[in-house]
Amino acid sequence: MFAGHDHGYDEIRDGVRGLCERFPGEYWRDRDRESAYPTAFIEALTEAGYLAALIPEEYGGAGLDLKAACVILEMIQRTGCNGAACHAQMYIMGTLLRHGGEAQKRRYLPRVAAGELRLQAFGVSEPTCGTDTTRIATTAERNGDEYVIHGQKTWISRSEHSDLMLLLARTTPREESAKPTAGMSVFLVDLRNEVGESVTIRPIETMINHSTTEVFFDGLRVPAANLVGDEGEGFRYILDGLNAERVLIAAECVGDARFFVERAAEYARGREVFGRPIGQNQGIQFPIAEAHMKTEAAALMVERAASLFDDGAPCGAEANMAKYLASDASWAAADMCMQTYGGFAFSTEYGIERKFRETRLYQIAPISTNLILSHVATHVLGLPKSF
Amino acid sequence: MNTIVCMKRVPDSATRVRVTPDGAGLDPAGVKYVVNPYDEFALEDAIRRKEEAGEGKVTVVALGPPETAESIRQALAMGADEGVLLVCAGSHDALSVAGALADEIRGRDVDLVLFGKQAIDDDNMQVPQMVAEFLGLPCATVVVGLEIAGRDATARREVEGGHEVVEFSLPAVVSTQKGLNEPRYPSLKGIMAAKRKPLEEREVILEAPTIEFLRLDEPPAPAAGRIVGEGVDAVPELVRALRDEAGVL
Repeated sequence: MFAGHDHGYDEIRDGVRGLCERFPGEYWRDRDRESAYPTAFIEALTEAGYLAALIPEEYGGAGLDLKAACVILEMIQRTGCNGAACHAQMYIMGTLLRHGGEAQKRRYLPRVAAGELRLQAFGVSEPTCGTDTTRIATTAERNGDEYVIHGQKTWISRSEHSDLMLLLARTTPREESAKPTAGMSVFLVDLRNEVGESVTIRPIETMINHSTTEVFFDGLRVPAANLVGDEGEGFRYILDGLNAERVLIAAECVGDARFFVERAAEYARGREVFGRPIGQNQGIQFPIAEAHMKTEAAALMVERAASLFDDGAPCGAEANMAKYLASDASWAAADMCMQTYGGFAFSTEYGIERKFRETRLYQIAPISTNLILSHVATHVLGLPKSF
Repeated sequence: MNTIVCMKRVPDSATRVRVTPDGAGLDPAGVKYVVNPYDEFALEDAIRRKEEAGEGKVTVVALGPPETAESIRQALAMGADEGVLLVCAGSHDALSVAGALADEIRGRDVDLVLFGKQAIDDDNMQVPQMVAEFLGLPCATVVVGLEIAGRDATARREVEGGHEVVEFSLPAVVSTQKGLNEPRYPSLKGIMAAKRKPLEEREVILEAPTIEFLRLDEPPAPAAGRIVGEGVDAVPELVRALRDEAGVL
């Protein structure tokens, strides 16, 4: 991403690559087999300051822009590592930075930047409402200087490996709110002393090693000081963060796609069958070339969305289109790479099947491709909404 | 304490290198270059010593083509303070490189000159000792432990079958071996800070080489193996082949 930009991106890329090379395929294969969280990898990234890239310098971070964060996540994926275990710390940051109070930022950000606190969990999804976020049933009721939270969240990744969670809850019932998107609020929840008490975390076993969970809140008390921004405005704050999330995930997809294209090309050059490299067969080489072109085209849209975001310009459409095109490219590249490797793609030793499973997720999360199509059709092209 | 770390840019050990058809050198296409891994131990040692003391300066000196600046930036990102690049193209013998490095170091206010014990590309293992000789300084090579108290230094060297402990006084030249420390990753802040650190580039002309470089050749392709039989029946023929053909018994 952003090759040739003179903002230190080349050096950041080399730095990330150097770090990631210390976590080779075996490391990820073992984590995958044991369904274990890549703690050592996350600690190394944190210690080197990469997860604090977006935190302003005054709070101890690197104060870099979204483009730099894209470079970091793209490179993590491209080397065969998996940034899904930590990317939330980057995109959650946006909501806190833009809408959090000064006292909240002073209290939490320096410790997040120093790696003493992990801000990796984002509590929005619920079992009954899917993408229809306005129908969430988790409630936060004001009681003196506290809010008391009841409800259930699902698909909450990394909550067992995070100290803090950004949580969306209803502070006014949907029916009593001026509009469905009003009446929701965002809280910065400190999970550390609550898990096993008012918070219960239950891991969900999944196709890929993603450390995702269900989280139950049973009378969790959150100080009113931990309300982010104004009560009832939470949905708007979350939406703001979602554009950053889309762009960062799209950058990860470009990283995955480049991983597959590079691996496939390398394998096709070296693997000899019938006395010549299989990559000499156009049946093998054309799909690799096609995947490469698709990837590079998607990368341009990701770069454009990130640049708009950094310029403070509206980027909802571009962020969504980047996520769609990049996840489409990574999935196509994954399929191509499986085909190029043939039977060896199924051997866990090569890491192709693991990446294949991992990149499939981006067709669905954090937003399903259908909802992006719907967004572009209705919001960009003015077609009537189907729901 | 002022430390100079001499560093070399080398092809990554994970890279597949090819010799150019005329045998004059390595084909640079597709080759990734890195800081010589042994030099990273030297760098880490210098940076840690400075951090622990809370004072001092770490200067990186490298000799090579202009692209070597990228490797110096990496060292600056790890925590070195300034860099000097002696620009010269092509490959050179150890003596002429050592001469140029010694000329650069001579006259500088330096307490410790560190090197990796060898470069992983040509594996000559000569430059640190030669530089020490040129500068008239004590030299400890292949060091896996280094303690410094005031002007007195104690180094643990790796030798065949064990360790040798040597004492010397500063200033001195030390070459470092794996085991001395675990080099750090450059941090994101370090990478950003490195862009603002001074890096001086200067052309140098080396002394004429004392060794004539003839050519590089790819290693010969291994000969195909031969199956001499199966099970116990194969043993006599295997022994015969190992003795009479391979000459290893």
